[in-house]
Amino acid sequence: MADQTARKMEVSDEVAIQITNMNKWYGTFHVLRDIDMTVQRGERIVICGPSGSGKSTLIRCINRLEEHQQGHIIVDGTELTSDLKNIDKVRSEVGMVFQHFNLFPHLTILENLTLAPIWVRKTPKREAEEVAMHYLGKVKIPEQAHKYPGQLSGGQQQRVAIARSLCMKPRIMLFDEPTSALDPEMIKEVLDTMIELAEEGMTMLCVTHEMGFAQAVANRVIFMDQGQIVEQNEPKEFFNNPKSERTKLFLSQILGH
Amino acid sequence: MQEESVFFVRGEMINPRSAPSSQSGAVKWLRDNLFSGWMNSILTVLGFAFVVYVIHESLPWLMNGVWRANSLAECRAIIEASAGPGAEGACWALIRERWHQFLFGFYPPEEYWRPVLAFALMFVALAPVLYSDNRRSMLIMVGGVGVLLFLAMIALDGSVGHIAFTVVVMAAMLALAYAAPSKLFWVTLLFPAIGFYLLWGGSVWGPIGALVGFGIVAAAYMLLQNRLGVVVSTGLGFVLACLWWLFVQTQVTTALHDAMPIGLPGVDSDQFGGFLLAFVIGVAAIAGSLPIGILLALGRRSDMLLVKTLCVGFIEFIRGVPLITMLFTASLLLQYFLPPQTNFDLILRVIILVTLFASAYIAEVIRGGLAALPRGQTEAADSLGLDYWQAQRLIIMPQALKISIPGIVSSFIGLFKDTTLVAFVGLFDPLQGITKIVRADINWKGVYWEPYLFVGAIFFVFCFGMSRYSMYLENKLKTDHR
Repeated sequence: MADQTARKMEVSDEVAIQITNMNKWYGTFHVLRDIDMTVQRGERIVICGPSGSGKSTLIRCINRLEEHQQGHIIVDGTELTSDLKNIDKVRSEVGMVFQHFNLFPHLTILENLTLAPIWVRKTPKREAEEVAMHYLGKVKIPEQAHKYPGQLSGGQQQRVAIARSLCMKPRIMLFDEPTSALDPEMIKEVLDTMIELAEEGMTMLCVTHEMGFAQAVANRVIFMDQGQIVEQNEPKEFFNNPKSERTKLFLSQILGH
Repeated sequence: MQEESVFFVRGEMINPRSAPSSQSGAVKWLRDNLFSGWMNSILTVLGFAFVVYVIHESLPWLMNGVWRANSLAECRAIIEASAGPGAEGACWALIRERWHQFLFGFYPPEEYWRPVLAFALMFVALAPVLYSDNRRSMLIMVGGVGVLLFLAMIALDGSVGHIAFTVVVMAAMLALAYAAPSKLFWVTLLFPAIGFYLLWGGSVWGPIGALVGFGIVAAAYMLLQNRLGVVVSTGLGFVLACLWWLFVQTQVTTALHDAMPIGLPGVDSDQFGGFLLAFVIGVAAIAGSLPIGILLALGRRSDMLLVKTLCVGFIEFIRGVPLITMLFTASLLLQYFLPPQTNFDLILRVIILVTLFASAYIAEVIRGGLAALPRGQTEAADSLGLDYWQAQRLIIMPQALKISIPGIVSSFIGLFKDTTLVAFVGLFDPLQGITKIVRADINWKGVYWEPYLFVGAIFFVFCFGMSRYSMYLENKLKTDHR
C-alpha cells in the first residue's frame, strides 16, 4: 500500500517551509538547536522522538505559537518575525491540529467551523456554512453539525478539529500528536482522515508515534532528540536500516512490544 | 483447593431492568433527606420546632397589622381595641402614608411619571441583553412591563396626557420587539441618555450633545479600525470626543436650545432619594463596571508591562480602600481637583466612584474565569488567524464570563446593596436617609421594624431576582455536558 500511495502523491519542487539555522530557548534551556529543514510542497513529514526532544516546539514555531530567538523561518515566502501582520497571514495559511483538539466548547460544531472563515476571511455566512458542511461530510460526521463539542467522542472531536482547519483552505497542515489523547478504537478513524488528506497532496508535518501511519504516507521521517535533528530518511530505510545508535534504541523501544 | 476453569463466555447481553420500588417515591425522599440517621433525625425535629416557634412569635404581630391610621398612637389604639389589651401589631399605616418617600425621595410628585417611565424603559433596554436570542421572552418582558406601567400610571398620575404618552411609548417598544427584536438593542444603547433626560429633565439638547460624543467614538472606530487597529482608533475617537465634550458641546447645545427650547422641567439631584436613588446609582454602576472590569482583567494579564502595572495598581488600590472613603472623596475631595465653578453633580460623582470601585472587584472575578480557561483555547484561536481582539471577543470572553457568572452576579448584588452607603455623603438612600426622616416625624416616633422590613423586602425582591436570573443564564449557557 505504501508504494501505491507514494506514487499517487506528487512532491513539487516549490519550497513550502524553509527553516535555516534556527535556535530556541525556554529561558536558559536550549530547546531547539541549529535546526535546518526544507519542506517541499506536497511533502508528508513525520517527526518522532522521545518526549522532551523538542518536536512539538518545532512545529509550533512554524505558526509562531512559539517564538524562535535565532535563525529564519520562511513559510510560503513569508518570514516569521515579530510583525503581527505576517504572523496572522501565516497562521491563516497554516492549519494546526492539537493533541487535545481545542475545539471551542461554547459553539456548535458548525459555528466552530465557520468562525475563522467568517471573521478572518470575511466569507459570507451562508457560503462559510456550505464549505463547513462539505468538510464535515469529508470527515464523515455531517450529522453532528448542530451539536456541541462536549457531546462528541474524542475521535469525532479530532475529526471536527481537522475539518475546522481545512475550512480555512490551508496550504500546509501541522499535526501535534493528533492521536495521543484518543482511545485505541478511535485512533483509526482519525488516521484514515489524515491519510485521505495526504492522498490529496496536502503538505503535512505530523508529530506522531503512529509508525504505521508514517510507513503508509510519509515520504520523510525525522527523528529528533535533545532539541536537534538526529536522523532523517525515507520511511522504509528509516525503519529497516536506522543509522544512528540513538535512533536504533528509540525504535527498539517503541516497536519492541 | 480445587482448580476451576476460568473459561466463561456470555451467551447474550443483559438488558437494563427497572429499579426496585424502594428506590423512588415519598418514603425514599423522606428517609434520604430528613431521617437518614440519628443525628439527621434530631436536626430535622429541631429545625421544624424552630420554624414553628418563629411563626408562632411573629404571626400575631403580622396578623394584627394596621394599614389605616394617622399616627403610631392611633395604630396602637386600634390594635388594642381589636386584639385585646397588651397585644402587639405591625403599623403598616406608616408605609401607606410615606411610601412615595421611600420610592422617590423628594422628587416632585407631579413628575413621578418620569422615573416610573424610565424604570419601565430600563426593562425594555435590558430585554435584548438578558434574552439575546429569545424573542418570546423579550415580548413577554416588554408586554408585561407595559401593562404594569399602565396600571402604575393610573394609580400615580391622573394626567391623561402622561398616561397616553407612556402607552404610546410602550406600544412602540412592543411593536419594535415584535417586528425587529435585534433593533431593540438600539434602545439599550440610547437608554443612558433617555434615562438621564427623563430623571433630571432640563433641555433635551444636553443629552443629545453627550450622545454625539459617543457617536464620534463610534465613527472614528468604524473609519480607522482597518488601518490603525482597534486600540489606536478607539483611543483617537475618545480623544476627539473629549475635545467635543469639553470645548464644543456647550456652545452648540446652548445655541440649539435658544433656537428650539425643548425640554422637561429640571429636577435637582438633592431631590432624588429612596429607591430611585438606589436604582440610579446601582444600575449605572452595574452597567459601567462590567466593561471596565473586562478591560482591567485583560490588562492585568497583558504582556505589556506598562498596561499591566497600571491595571494591577488600579485594582489593588481600589480594593485596598473602603467604599466609604471613596464616597467621601467623591463628595469632598474631587471638588478640589476640578476647575473652579464646575458644578459637577454629586450623584454623578458618586456613580463614577462606585463604578470604579465595583469594576476592580469585577476585574478580579473575571480574571478568575480567564485563568480557568485552558491555554489551548487561545492557541486554537491564534492558529486559525484570529487577531487578539477577535480571539478575546469570540472565544475567550464568552467562556470566561460564563465561568464567572456567579461571582459577577454576587458582585452586582453587593454593589446594589452598597448603594445604601451613600447616606454617608448626605444623599437620601432608602435605608438610612429616608427611614431616619420618617422616624423623626412626631406622629411616627417609636416605629422601628416596619420601615426596615419594607425596605429590606424591596431589596430582597430585586437581589433574589438577579440571583435567579444568573441561575437561568448558567443553565442556558451550559453546553459542555448535555
